[in-house]
Amino acid sequence: MGIIKVRDLVYEYIRRDEEGNVEGITTAVDDVDLDIEQGDFVAVLGHNGSGKSTLAKHLNAILYPSEGTVWVDGKDTKEEKYVWDIRQTAGMVFQNPDNQIIGQIVEEDVGFGPENMGVPTKEIWERVEESLKAVGMYQFRKFSPNKLSGGQKQRVSIAGVIAMHPKCIVLDEPTAMLDPKGRKEVLRAVRALNDVEHITVILITHYMEEVIYADKVYVMDQGKVAIQGTPREVFSEVEKLKELRLDVPQVTLLAYELAKEGLRMPKGVLTNREFREALDQCRR
Amino acid sequence: MLRDITLGQYYQADSVIHRLDPRVKLGATILFIISLFAFHGVGGYVTAALFLALVIRLSGVPFRFMIKGMKSIVFLLSITVIFNLFLTPGEPVFSLWKLTVTREGVKLAVLLSVRLGLLIIGSSVMTLTTTPNQLTDGLEKMLKPLNKLKVPVHEIAMMMSIALRFIPILMEETDKIMKAQLARCADFESGNLIRKAKSLVPLLVPLFISAFRRANDLAMAMEARCYRGGEHRTKMKPLHYEKRDYMAYLVVLCYLAAGVVLGKLLPI
Repeated sequence: MGIIKVRDLVYEYIRRDEEGNVEGITTAVDDVDLDIEQGDFVAVLGHNGSGKSTLAKHLNAILYPSEGTVWVDGKDTKEEKYVWDIRQTAGMVFQNPDNQIIGQIVEEDVGFGPENMGVPTKEIWERVEESLKAVGMYQFRKFSPNKLSGGQKQRVSIAGVIAMHPKCIVLDEPTAMLDPKGRKEVLRAVRALNDVEHITVILITHYMEEVIYADKVYVMDQGKVAIQGTPREVFSEVEKLKELRLDVPQVTLLAYELAKEGLRMPKGVLTNREFREALDQCRR
Repeated sequence: MLRDITLGQYYQADSVIHRLDPRVKLGATILFIISLFAFHGVGGYVTAALFLALVIRLSGVPFRFMIKGMKSIVFLLSITVIFNLFLTPGEPVFSLWKLTVTREGVKLAVLLSVRLGLLIIGSSVMTLTTTPNQLTDGLEKMLKPLNKLKVPVHEIAMMMSIALRFIPILMEETDKIMKAQLARCADFESGNLIRKAKSLVPLLVPLFISAFRRANDLAMAMEARCYRGGEHRTKMKPLHYEKRDYMAYLVVLCYLAAGVVLGKLLPI
């Protein structure tokens, strides 16, 4: 079994009025299956309200399934005795960097997770050093988080999760509040973790450009998985993505439109380089 | 920028006093304050002043930073001095219109201003040489015995440090909301007190909503990072007494003894 396995997951938000009577039920996640192998880089795409964040919170035992089961590293998230194991196995990075940094100094924040796990003091310091180095924030270890840029703060949050030595990191729209430069910084750090440390990455996002490096992409819509496959497979379905109100990367769209006009373009062009090569092929 | 404000008034330096365990500094400050009220006689106050001068010298913090703390109490101090001067009954020294300055009054006024002055400077030595973080750590460890009385010491310390972390963020937020409301023609300046208070509503409501939202997010982030209260928790920067800390306690004890003895020898 892979690191994460989800079967028939349903999650319902129940709205209640003041007396506690049920006013309405919103099904945020509707019958989702996921299989993620150790070391994979998986992206979950979807526009606002597609249920992708709700799905993410199940992987860290913050939310529990209404129906179906989630296994993290073979452990059922519904079993209370596994909660802390699961939260350590699957670390989570949230959207707003300001609201997830607890320490007043960068190094103290990174040490927060290991402190909670009861790691001995000497090892905490080793873990803090190695995780700050992994995200390239070691020279800022004595800084106050308030003096860092958004991208830097988000990298500190990621270091805080790595210091817990997780097998898998779930990033819930980590770049949504960042400027393009910060977004690049964070993505570079995330990809390095996947490539170098072989940590499984699950990236929840609505930016198309961020998913082209993923091994597998799940596109969510109204709580269901609408499309899944490699980035190339997913981006070949331009029409369907448009239907789901998702933007396609500009190169991909350009290649698609050119192909429609009769040019011999391959399906699912993802990068500028691929596009240039394809264009060269056409000229010949 | 608002974000750059440092809370408290920590003065960055590398001195013996800075390196002392925060528990020592807290304890010594409390003892010092008690001693100011317990000593009698000129001898005691001279000892206190000399002791404080020594500590300031060792701390490497310029004296003008200590005086800063005094500014805020000048008003309070002058009122108490004036009241004591004129309203203490006793042997008259001279009269000014209907008011009489008495010998006892002068004595009391001088005593009071010396006491208050030493108290303020003494406690600002602590805040100038200790970061808010160290202070909360020190408090947590000092108050740990209260845990047996079911006082949630760890939780209180955690709340304090989170509050310290979020004050600059919320200040910035206040500033942002204020500007946004000003752009919508909100008026925070004019009118009487009641109108001014009322005009704060469009500022406070969004601020509170956002604070609650942040609190919610933070709680989730803390849980996701395995936070489950103070039990089973290890410390990244544990507090250990070192040789210098025991020395410091010894110095404080010597000071107390000297103050008591000299106070007896040189009464007012």
